[in-house]
Amino acid sequence: MAVLRMRDALREALREEMRRNPKIFLMGEDIGKYGGSYAVTAGLLEEFGEERVRDTPIAESVIVGAGIGAAMAGYHPMVELMTINFSFLALDQIVNNAAKLLYMSNGQINVPLVIRMASGGGSQLGATHSHSLEGLYAHFPGLKVVCPAFPADAKGLLKRAFRDENTVIFIEHTANYGIRGEVPDDPDFLIEFGQANVVREGRDVTIVGYSGSVHQALRAADMLAEQEEIEAEVIDLRTLRPLDIATVVDSVRKTNRCVVVEDDWKFGGFAGEIAALVMEHAFDWLDAPVARVSSKDVPMPYNRTLEYAALPSEEDVVDAVLAMF
Amino acid sequence: MAYEVTMPQMGADMTEGTLVRWLKKVGDRVEKGEVIAEIETDKANVELEAFHSGTVLALLAEEGQVVPVGEVIAYLGEPGEEVPTGKAPTATAGAPRRRSPAPEGGTSVPSGAPAAVREAPTSPPSAPTAVREAPTAPPAAPVAVATGERLRVSPVARRLAEEAGIDLSTVRGTGPGGRIVRRDVEEAIRSRAAAAPRPAAAPQPAPPPAAEAAPAPAGARTEPLTRIRQAIARRMSQSKREQPHYYLTLDIDMTDALAFREALNAAVPQEQRVTINDLIVKACAIALERHPKFTATFSEEGLRYPAQINIDIGIALDEGLIAASLLDVGNKTLGRIAAESKALIERARAGRLRAEEYGSGCFTITNLGAYGIETLIGIINPPQAAILGVGSVMPKPVVREGEIVIRQMMKVALSADHRVTDGAEGARFLKEIQSLLENPASLAL
Repeated sequence: MAVLRMRDALREALREEMRRNPKIFLMGEDIGKYGGSYAVTAGLLEEFGEERVRDTPIAESVIVGAGIGAAMAGYHPMVELMTINFSFLALDQIVNNAAKLLYMSNGQINVPLVIRMASGGGSQLGATHSHSLEGLYAHFPGLKVVCPAFPADAKGLLKRAFRDENTVIFIEHTANYGIRGEVPDDPDFLIEFGQANVVREGRDVTIVGYSGSVHQALRAADMLAEQEEIEAEVIDLRTLRPLDIATVVDSVRKTNRCVVVEDDWKFGGFAGEIAALVMEHAFDWLDAPVARVSSKDVPMPYNRTLEYAALPSEEDVVDAVLAMF
Repeated sequence: MAYEVTMPQMGADMTEGTLVRWLKKVGDRVEKGEVIAEIETDKANVELEAFHSGTVLALLAEEGQVVPVGEVIAYLGEPGEEVPTGKAPTATAGAPRRRSPAPEGGTSVPSGAPAAVREAPTSPPSAPTAVREAPTAPPAAPVAVATGERLRVSPVARRLAEEAGIDLSTVRGTGPGGRIVRRDVEEAIRSRAAAAPRPAAAPQPAPPPAAEAAPAPAGARTEPLTRIRQAIARRMSQSKREQPHYYLTLDIDMTDALAFREALNAAVPQEQRVTINDLIVKACAIALERHPKFTATFSEEGLRYPAQINIDIGIALDEGLIAASLLDVGNKTLGRIAAESKALIERARAGRLRAEEYGSGCFTITNLGAYGIETLIGIINPPQAAILGVGSVMPKPVVREGEIVIRQMMKVALSADHRVTDGAEGARFLKEIQSLLENPASLAL
């Protein structure tokens, strides 16, 4: 085990998988010579060469489309979209081609493609560059959506993405890149999709998060334990598609209360999906309506204070929990 | 800045109060000391006065809502001033924020959810919105409101109650908005188990509630406790459980006091007339100043002394006994005490006591003289240290200078907390009261 930042763990996963499988190659803006906007691919060009680490023009639809074509032709490409905000330009390729080909070809053509993108606000990047779209991609049948919160999960899940026969949307919160954690160096270390992780045990309330919001949930749980003697159980979903609702339901049957935290907007967001599933599967165990803690219903402000106010905070999570008691 | 108006604590054991009526509305100007609301406590209706002058910015509690002590129920401030939102205001007071205002018994449903009032404006007015239409805010009031009588029960509480055979209409909800939640049903199951212990025989399938197991004889019935009955039961049990009482009785010769009172009353109009009880209040006020331990409250940290001497007088109402407070009697003349006592009793009977007149006393006088009772031995009114029970003034043969004479005699009984004072101190205190009443001119000072 080594202690790595999340960006290093992701790079380890790419390196190990590229060594294992010569069909894997990488494409994206500034991923080669520059090493990637968030330095995830740094050093890979030197090791694997220009054939397998390819800098592309600024043309997201082309990047994803070329990746889909290569995947259909027998490769297992990874394409990096610098941030999730630029994936709007590739939405037709992702939603209408990558997600649909297996179905529309009656199972004849699969698209083994990994699409990585950086997500989330909080960096004063303004309204157009601060989206959290995990829930948007989870909406479409035919896509798998992975969103790790910790370095070890990032490595195990990214390696697992390269063992999948279908398209995986792999979303990394920019605030998580620098987070450190112990990461197994076993080249066969994989984390299966659809397995949520109980990252903190508790008996009084279940707090569900994914990606960046897991860390808010954990900080809120600490505050609740210290200040209110409330023991919160925190669940990291890890993948939204497939979704491990069973772990959430089991927890809610124990705690009788559930708060879902996400950076996305509340209206039509993924937290609403969790809330509905909890109600369907654990209605008779609920002591309070499922609460959602999400971003305010505004485009992300540029101003630092306003941006902070718009994003969900651990205090918001604490307030949502206290309102249930 | 905006001032918080909180549910006041009127009496040591008060944990919540009912907001009966707002006398002001949002936008009204309020002067310090002006009555802004009527509050119902366990025992009485009291008027809530503003501690600050200002404009009513927000009324958070609904009329009829039961609110825990210390919860913010309104804000006063400058017109147009912003009211704190979101962050629960009780946090600033350092109090635990776990409980929300809950309607009584979970059966009465407020016409709007208080939480919605507090949190209504979430997006700052200056922030750009994505759409021009009104933002999609959820409805302010829960759906259940429309159905009126529907009991609010969380799903898990409903399931557990059904499994255990608990009648939910008998369960008091302590969750947000008075919702019956899991802990309430578990508590009901526990208290039922405590009331009907099962024999240690082989396990039986679902034991029926105690009432069904042993049917009551024909004609017997159970009347639910009123709030005032509950409060009296709780406080008197607490007193007898926690406060070790000792008792001293003494005969006081009231002959001179009666003559003194007659002389006084001959000179003043009806409404200023002095009663025997007023004389006793004044005597006690003077005695308490000289023996301050009888004003103290016991605590593990030490004896706490009040800033001023307020004396509670027991007033029998149709609903039950209440203790109303005469304020700062140590600094008031007999005439003033008489006038204020009359007004206090009238307000108590009308259910219109002011906040500070409820349970702020440091000593209680209870008087059943009017009923012809000879000796009344009282139970201390917690957290006070003593109570004086007063019987009837009646002509009795007594020995004075070797002769049997008829004098107007009154028996008093002091019940005192032995943790605070000892018998000898009690004796000196009681003798002081006797001496003052037997030399009534000292009461005129």
